[in-house]
Amino acid sequence: MFKIVNKKYVTPITCLMEIEAPRLASSALPGQFLIVRARDNGERIPLTICDFDAEKGTVTIVTQVVGASSRLICHLKEGECFTDCVGPLGRPSDFVEMSDAEIAGMKFLFVAGGLGTAPVYPQAKYLHKMGAQVDVIIGAKNSELLFFEQEMASVCDNLYLCTDDGSKGAKGLVTDVIKQLMSEEKQYDRSVAIGPMIMMKFTALTMKQYNIPLIVSLNTLMVDGTGMCGACRVSVGGKTKFACVDGPEFDAYLVDFDEAMRRQGMYRKQEIEADHKCKIGLDQ
Amino acid sequence: MEKNKSRIPVREQAPEVRAKNFEEVSYGYNMQEAQQEASRCLNCKVPNCVRQCPVSIKIPQFIRKIVEGDIKSAAQIIAQDSSLPAVCGRVCPQEIQCEGKCILGIKGEAVAIGKLERFVADWSREQGIHFTGREAENGMKVAIIGSGPSGLACATDLAKKGYDVTIFEVLHRAGGVLQYGIPEFRLPKNKVVEAEVENVRALGVKIETNVFVGRTVTIDQLMDNEGFKAVFIGSGAGLPKFMGIPGENLNGVFSANEFLTRSNLMHAYRSDSDTPIYVGRKVAVVGGGNVAMDAARTALRLGSQVTIVYRRTETELPARAEEVHHAKEEGIIFKMLTNPVEVLSDDKGWVRGLKCQKMELGEADESGRRRPVAVAGSEFDIDCDVVIMALGTSPNPLLANTTKGLETTKWGGIVADDFGTTSREGVFAGGDAVTGAATVILAMGAGRKAAEAIDKYLNS
Ligand SMILES: Cc1cc2nc3c(=O)[nH]c(=O)nc-3n(C[C@H](O)[C@H](O)[C@H](O)COP(=O)(O)OP(=O)(O)OC[C@H]3O[C@@H](n4cnc5c(N)ncnc54)[C@H](O)[C@@H]3O)c2cc1C
Ligand SMILES: Cc1cc2nc3c(=O)[nH]c(=O)nc-3n(C[C@H](O)[C@H](O)[C@H](O)COP(=O)(O)OP(=O)(O)OC[C@H]3O[C@@H](n4cnc5c(N)ncnc54)[C@H](O)[C@@H]3O)c2cc1C
Ligand code: SF4
Ligand code: SF4
Ligand code: FES
Repeated sequence: MFKIVNKKYVTPITCLMEIEAPRLASSALPGQFLIVRARDNGERIPLTICDFDAEKGTVTIVTQVVGASSRLICHLKEGECFTDCVGPLGRPSDFVEMSDAEIAGMKFLFVAGGLGTAPVYPQAKYLHKMGAQVDVIIGAKNSELLFFEQEMASVCDNLYLCTDDGSKGAKGLVTDVIKQLMSEEKQYDRSVAIGPMIMMKFTALTMKQYNIPLIVSLNTLMVDGTGMCGACRVSVGGKTKFACVDGPEFDAYLVDFDEAMRRQGMYRKQEIEADHKCKIGLDQ
Repeated sequence: MEKNKSRIPVREQAPEVRAKNFEEVSYGYNMQEAQQEASRCLNCKVPNCVRQCPVSIKIPQFIRKIVEGDIKSAAQIIAQDSSLPAVCGRVCPQEIQCEGKCILGIKGEAVAIGKLERFVADWSREQGIHFTGREAENGMKVAIIGSGPSGLACATDLAKKGYDVTIFEVLHRAGGVLQYGIPEFRLPKNKVVEAEVENVRALGVKIETNVFVGRTVTIDQLMDNEGFKAVFIGSGAGLPKFMGIPGENLNGVFSANEFLTRSNLMHAYRSDSDTPIYVGRKVAVVGGGNVAMDAARTALRLGSQVTIVYRRTETELPARAEEVHHAKEEGIIFKMLTNPVEVLSDDKGWVRGLKCQKMELGEADESGRRRPVAVAGSEFDIDCDVVIMALGTSPNPLLANTTKGLETTKWGGIVADDFGTTSREGVFAGGDAVTGAATVILAMGAGRKAAEAIDKYLNS
């Protein structure tokens, strides 16, 4: 079960995997995620469903190594299996409810920060196919960490790249590119930002000045992913929400990002220890 | 008759030893002890104990067989009414059920019915005895949603009647609360829970884990496209409640479900698990039920000093008497008539204390319990760096939201009659998903009743 049928590294620390999961593949929609376990005593790790092929019965995930468990995932080889894979979890993006006609006239701006490129891809692809105008900004630390440029280019109208060090595209942050586009008097009906929490926070601050609705996808800590534990709770508009069942997508202007960032770091000490042990283990 | 007054004590790990490990607290009876305890039973003609057991186990009859040394027959008698005796013998609130009305309890101690039931179940498991009487396969497919006690019991009965049964479970291990909620030191996972699940598999029941019904596949799809003729919903009541007080989203505040799931399902208490768990120096657990006791005793075993905060008095504690007793022996501090009003933060957003209010008991409420009311000006702080909320749970609304024509109550419970019949044809439900958080034995009983109703429905 859950065999990895295709694996490739898209950056030195990011790997793409196509997994056999027929039930999941036939029910997934843009905006949703899944949870995998790489081995029997493994952690339950949430990852966005980046692509799905109901006919082949496969789903695609893109994992970036940030700690012990993501490292284990990326160490699995083609032909090997995930112990578990469950989904689709979370609510689909709300545009999934809109009709073709509604979407066809709309202008979307996607802002992808680093790994956020992966979850933006299925959304851009879906909307582009439905006839919306889709512009995408991808920002990364440096050119080495940029990925999916060609794939993304094929599902959007305009693609803008930027890197912190200027090694590819514009030099600067995604928020600089947003300001640039706005100064060119670009018009958007909606925008979506996915990436590190801090990048989403600043994108929200920037976008708000232009009065464009913004959706963000929150990568909180999670355990079960089914609404049973509350590890994923976030404050949205002053109310407590569970990101795994009420989200992961929320109206950016209502999200308490500072609290969300603080909660994300709850296990940092243990994670650093675990990752240290894990590296030692894998080097042997 | 003096010897009849008190029960044969059950051997347990010493409190100071068990407070540092996750091994089962109680060792249970051996054959000799069981027979001695069994011989106390008066074999009443009109046994009060049976009336108080939600599934009416033939208590005097199985106890008689223990006295005779025929444990296999004892097991067979229990199996007629219960499919999870090793579990119920351990976790039923016996003091308010079977043992609560035992005639011996009037002048002395009730017969240790739960311990005897556990003895019989453990003995027959160790002997490899199964009661697998199966009728011929009838080819009809039934889907069970959730692998908790209600789902397992429903699946067992339907499989025995010849149905082709598949259980769909969203988590990676089967067992429901038995797996993710109740800790190892009360209910061993490999020895008891996995063994019970294996028994269900041995009857031909398929268990598909990693399927979230309502998302991965809907009930409508199961019935329309996959040929399931009936569905039983045993999805439990997993949604944790919070108090809605300030500071509840601070770092270091957990629901008991999160804390227990990390420890039980994800084995975070073991060093070979990849899942982290955060245990503070001092933990405050809010609540007074089994869930609160389990969270408190887990935190204690992970090295914390633990205080239970409950707004009524000890007599109202809804937890099993044995758990309260064990928790006290282990050194858990009980702060009664105390209600939290705010979780206090340090300068980095981590818990540094719990602001509470003293309570006193006022007028009785609808349930007949005296309602706790706050004492004005009685606020005080409890020093702690972790707060665990064990305030109860409600059913997850997802299934109802994704199933056409399934009626629910205001609080999210699925509307079903005593036989599990719901507003939707062919769909039955039982256990916590219908009643809200209750007990293992009630969930199991509901699963069995629904199995009967499903059998009738598919044969009419
Ligand atoms: C809905 C959702 C979708 C996600 N999609 C993807 C995806 O498509 N690809 C991908 O690589 N990752 C994704 N993530 C994040 C991924 O789950 C985490 O990176 C992973 O759990 C980290 O585990 P670890 O043991 O490797 O790292 P850890 O050792 O647990 O953590 C390392 C560092 O990452 C931070 N971190 C921990 N958990 C998370 C988290 N959930 N999100 C962000 N940072 C975290 C920690 O604070 C720490 O600084 C998603 C998370 C959610 C909730
Ligand atoms: C910590 C704790 C301690 C307890 N202690 C005791 C005790 O000592 N004695 C006692 O009698 N009772 C106790 N209880 C209560 C008892 O465990 C429950 O009443 C009982 O387990 C309910 O059984 P159930 O079958 O209705 O649901 P559950 O045991 O909750 O099982 C439901 C299962 O369904 C799965 N599920 C949910 N939704 C879906 C879906 N959409 N698709 C697929 N699967 C799904 C869940 O993952 C879960 O595995 C305790 C409960 C807890 C939480
Ligand atoms: S099932 Fe529970 S209530 Fe019934 S006899 Fe056994 S322990 Fe007592
Ligand atoms: S009431 Fe007590 S003494 Fe009487 S049959 Fe039941 S267990 Fe035995
Ligand atoms: S991850 Fe447990 S409730 Fe969301």
